[in-house]
Amino acid sequence: MQFDQILQYVLSGLSTGAIYALIGIGFSIIYNATGIINFAQGEFVMLGGLLTLSCLELLKLPLWAAIPCAIAVSTVVGILFERLAIRPLKQPTPINLVIITIGGSILIRGLAMLVWGKDTHAIPPFSGDTPIAIGGATILPQHLWILAITLIIILINKVYFYHTISGKAMRACSYNRRAAGLVGIDVRRMVLFSFIISSAMGAVAGIIVAPLTMIAYDVGVMLGLKGFCAAIIGGMSSGVSTVIGGLILGVLESLGAGLISSGYKDAIAFIILLLILFIRPQGLFGKADSERV
Amino acid sequence: MKKDLLLFTGFSTLVMLAPQLFSGGYLMNVLVFVGINTMLAIALNLLLGYAGQISLGHAGFFGLGAYLSGILTTTYSLNPWVAMPTAAIVVGFLAGIIGFPILKLKGHYLAMATLGLGIIIFIVFNETVELTGGPSGLSGIPNLKLAGISFDSDVKNYYLIWGFTLAVMLFSLNLSNSRIGRALRAVHDSEVAAQVLGVNARLLKVQIFALSAVISSLAGSLYAHTMTFVSPASFGFNFSIELLTMVVIGGLGSIYGSFLGAALLTLLPEFLRGANDYDIIIYGGLLMVMVMYMPGGLVRGIPALFRKIVVKGKAGNA
Repeated sequence: MQFDQILQYVLSGLSTGAIYALIGIGFSIIYNATGIINFAQGEFVMLGGLLTLSCLELLKLPLWAAIPCAIAVSTVVGILFERLAIRPLKQPTPINLVIITIGGSILIRGLAMLVWGKDTHAIPPFSGDTPIAIGGATILPQHLWILAITLIIILINKVYFYHTISGKAMRACSYNRRAAGLVGIDVRRMVLFSFIISSAMGAVAGIIVAPLTMIAYDVGVMLGLKGFCAAIIGGMSSGVSTVIGGLILGVLESLGAGLISSGYKDAIAFIILLLILFIRPQGLFGKADSERV
Repeated sequence: MKKDLLLFTGFSTLVMLAPQLFSGGYLMNVLVFVGINTMLAIALNLLLGYAGQISLGHAGFFGLGAYLSGILTTTYSLNPWVAMPTAAIVVGFLAGIIGFPILKLKGHYLAMATLGLGIIIFIVFNETVELTGGPSGLSGIPNLKLAGISFDSDVKNYYLIWGFTLAVMLFSLNLSNSRIGRALRAVHDSEVAAQVLGVNARLLKVQIFALSAVISSLAGSLYAHTMTFVSPASFGFNFSIELLTMVVIGGLGSIYGSFLGAALLTLLPEFLRGANDYDIIIYGGLLMVMVMYMPGGLVRGIPALFRKIVVKGKAGNA
């Protein structure tokens, strides 16, 4: 009985964790290419979910067409954000960047409120909602979708970053922007690319989580912060360690909510965030040589 | 120095005369909020504008002050005049302890950590129901009394709040012109250089963080005793962002700028009554536009703009 319950918490924690991982990787990709923590990252998650809703209901598109459509529009927002807010900044000090990405996130959230209102919306699950029994626990088909899509995206990322010229160029930027520029890499284009990839990934996260948790204009804040927490646990890597970070966070949160108190569920993530930042700012798996403090 | 004194005297005379110039309880009530927000903006500005350390969790310290004052005076029937300094000391102490590890972080990481701290405090307000009343809030907080006068009307509260606000302004102006103020600016420009010149940057940052928390706590206590009711909704993440907006709009590192930012952002929603829910779009837009086109804030941006127009105008005439 007790074991079944814990299994249940772990399973549902894994799928929320996968979402955090996707958002966290989005943070890391932009951070590594530009040194910016994009506080607006969570808003793309919200946009992904809500745009899918509009494609389904307003444009009457089938789900398989609505999803790429929503991702495309979110990506355009990401491009606009980079072009209009980040690139023209005359003094890109960390504090100015924090303030401008916060401003951007508030603006995007406000506009979303104008468009979709304050209500919470639901998206139908991708393939029904008949629970599947695993051991003594049950999961929904949507949980499997989340895990599978996350896995696919991580694989695509891996291929992109290690086996394509533009991915390799992006990694070069993350090691040393000036040196990358010197060997002929267009650093500004890579910055734009990083925004494109992370806004698309954020949108995907929003789309796959929306059938499970509902979506509203203001979900981006919390999801974004949790994603950041995942990235911090993973040491701002855009690979496996952030995924593990997200999964750890998701499972701990789900266990904490189930076994301790659901009211403190959100606090768990932030306590972990603070502890990691205080004790191991290089992440759980990183070496202590990085200059992140 | 003389100019500063003159400016401050002029400003405080204006503040003290305001109730004679404007009548109406509602406006007084709004001006009370301008005072409280000015204190908060100055507190954040000392940290962000002078020491260059961002905090996205200042609403938490504001809330702690308000709740500590509220709980001490209602549940433990303490005198408000005792509760206020007690709250301030406790908050200052807490900020000092958390300050050491948190201020080791820089830039984005500091922003995220303080944000997390603010949200944790907010969750605690919501969840410790038997202590704080939870989401429905804490009511019946007594007004402050002094020499037989109970501060229970808007005009009386105006004088009370602005008395404190002016004191905080004077203190901060003095601080920024002192050795500590110069040391803070040195830390802002380059922590390494400051340390080479013998400034204990780490300790100084923690001290200013604690001071900033104490001022916020004081503002929180005053808020609790003038409103006689507090609820967690006033101390969330959005309010931390609003404070940040005030400081950035007014001008980083300018005390009068903080007043300007606080006044603007407190009065703005009053003019935008119809657009109630949409004020966050305006905040977001303002933040972005200010950072992009007027990074010095209104306090420096407006004179610069004025000069530009005048100079251009003259050039056009010639």
